[in-house]
Amino acid sequence: MATAPKIDVGSDYKEKYGFFVPEEYVFKAKRGLNPEIVKEISWMKQEPEWMTKLRLRSLEIFRKKPMPKWGADLSVIDFENIFYYLKASDKQSKTWEELPPDIKATYDRLGVPEAERKFLAGVSAQYESEVVYHSLQKELTAKGVIFTDTDSALRDYPELFKEYFGTVIPPADNKFSALNTAVWSGGSFIYVPKGVRVDIPLQAYFRINAENMGQFERTLIICDEGSFVHYIEGCTAPIYTTDSLHSAVVEIIVKKNARCRYTTIQNWSTNVFNLVTKRALAYADATMEWVDGNLGSQITMKYPSVYLMEPGAKGDVLSVAFAGKGQHQDAGGKMIHVAPNTTSTITSKSISKGGGRTSYRGHIKIYPGANNCKSFVKCDALLLDDESRSDTYPYNDVDAENVTLGHEATVSKVSDEQLFYLMSRGITRSEAETMIVNGFIEPFTKELPLEYAVELNRLIQLEMEGSVG
Amino acid sequence: MADFEIRDLRASVEGRQILKGVSLGINKGEVHAVMGPNGSGKSTLSHTLMGHPGYTVDGGEVTFKGKNVLELEPDERARLGMFLAFQYPVVVPGISMTNFLRTALNAKRGYDGKDKSKQISPKEFRSMLEGELEVLHMDNSFLPRYINDGFSGGEKKRAEILQMAMLKPELAILDETDSGLDIDSIKFVAEAVNRMRGPQLGVLIITHYTRILEFIKPDFVHVLVDGKFVLSGGPEVAERLEKTGYSEWVKEEDAPKEVA
Repeated sequence: MATAPKIDVGSDYKEKYGFFVPEEYVFKAKRGLNPEIVKEISWMKQEPEWMTKLRLRSLEIFRKKPMPKWGADLSVIDFENIFYYLKASDKQSKTWEELPPDIKATYDRLGVPEAERKFLAGVSAQYESEVVYHSLQKELTAKGVIFTDTDSALRDYPELFKEYFGTVIPPADNKFSALNTAVWSGGSFIYVPKGVRVDIPLQAYFRINAENMGQFERTLIICDEGSFVHYIEGCTAPIYTTDSLHSAVVEIIVKKNARCRYTTIQNWSTNVFNLVTKRALAYADATMEWVDGNLGSQITMKYPSVYLMEPGAKGDVLSVAFAGKGQHQDAGGKMIHVAPNTTSTITSKSISKGGGRTSYRGHIKIYPGANNCKSFVKCDALLLDDESRSDTYPYNDVDAENVTLGHEATVSKVSDEQLFYLMSRGITRSEAETMIVNGFIEPFTKELPLEYAVELNRLIQLEMEGSVG
Repeated sequence: MADFEIRDLRASVEGRQILKGVSLGINKGEVHAVMGPNGSGKSTLSHTLMGHPGYTVDGGEVTFKGKNVLELEPDERARLGMFLAFQYPVVVPGISMTNFLRTALNAKRGYDGKDKSKQISPKEFRSMLEGELEVLHMDNSFLPRYINDGFSGGEKKRAEILQMAMLKPELAILDETDSGLDIDSIKFVAEAVNRMRGPQLGVLIITHYTRILEFIKPDFVHVLVDGKFVLSGGPEVAERLEKTGYSEWVKEEDAPKEVA
């Protein structure tokens, strides 16, 4: 009887792609942050001089800016003990056996395919989705759509890149946007030409590799007039990394009559500090929608924002945060009404369990002269036990006339009546609790593509059983 | 001993004793009605039997199929074959009725997410559901709606009976199912319950009014006053109450006003 060959997807990457051939490497990863490291990063990537200078200037800004005093406690981050740039091969130093058992167990429970697990766990550098990616690329190219990683975009589309990069979120915006600008690597770059609608969601997943899963990815999306794109980043499976800091920057420009939706599902391992700056500019009659799901991580601070630049612009933030034991999710949204007749909504749903903490932090600003604006904020918190905590920090600055501003906040617990009702139909307590939680975030889930929605519900189930993290 | 046996059941809410020794045996195939004025302990009886955490059992026994029901969680009672049609069905946002019914049915069949053979097939589920919807004069449009969310009084009660029809209990407690229903709805609900009547089902109807008993004929009627049965008998007890009300046991001025 013939023995079936042992299939170990991903184990031959070394041989195939030569990632482990040390001679190829001139750059040697070092911990810490200084101008030499920043210069080395830029040199490794063979960047134009303006980018090298921008990186160095950003490093200066990062050093001068104080740590935020609000939000979560960030004092434990040791900036000198972090690798700011790693080639894929350096990241690949882990083996499957070294992974924490809970992460492995979660992959099992979620039924993540083998090849994908190795990628997510940082064991292999690539995930075999190139076939899908290439056929998609052909279609996009025909329409004039650019969808690539940000490093390639700087090389291949230098003018377009320079015109927009750093215009939405300048380095000096905040300490972490300065850090990102100094050491960024990877991320997605999308340009959608005038009037082009991209019908299927673009997913980073299609062209995922260890580079763009980095700690300091940088994403830039430009939707030209009348265009539409839906971009999805992340996945529900936990992403394991030994790097403790993730600080991304996402910049989006939505021109007249265009619409952009940006969906995030992130589930970092619980050692990660996730400090992300996301901002979009929406012009006349344009629509920007942030759909943002945060699970995992030790601390997340993330407030996607929309600057409503011209009349008729519309901004939406729909977010969900789940905080379990030892986690603090400080999330929310910002809507900056610069022009009159602009509208915005923020819907935030948070779930705290096992002593976890969620905070909603939001800012609605309506500038003088931005009359006839409407803004509505709704935040609902669900506490699953008495040890958990939820807070709301809404800030409103209104300097215009005839403005409609609504704010609604609820904090609830899983009610005994709901539990009793579901249990009286034979459903176990833990399944009933999961149903109630999934029902609570349903306004979020229903906005996701089906496969993500199913995965998210399954993940909530695991979180509820306490088998994750 | 009857299939479902309540012996000297005493129960309290927030430290106040409401049930003061109730005994009742229900065999499969029988329909019992418990009637009583407001405040007599009717809701306490239904909630205690199903295991609501807000009700404390102070004494007595409840056995079903040889098991001590009072030791079981509500979901275990349900999987054993008990069902409670709620007087006030609870709203659970974000969960569709279809999802709820399927989850409940799978739970009843012992499906725990692992053994797929215990899971109901989509085809079987759909055909079961369509049949029951027709009997209750309900249409498909209510299936994608969230559990009891925005349902009218009549829709809620019909949805309760639909759940009962799908879950096929062996002991069903109908708690004031007739309250807040118009006459047509009562008829549809009664028709559905009558269809389920048979040697595999025992029914306990809890009601203030005799009206529903015109459509679902009980075999036995018990009158509950101040936490105890004051009278038990056949259908004639209901006829007597129809004429005299509860005035024999409760002075009219003492009786709380019915708000519904």
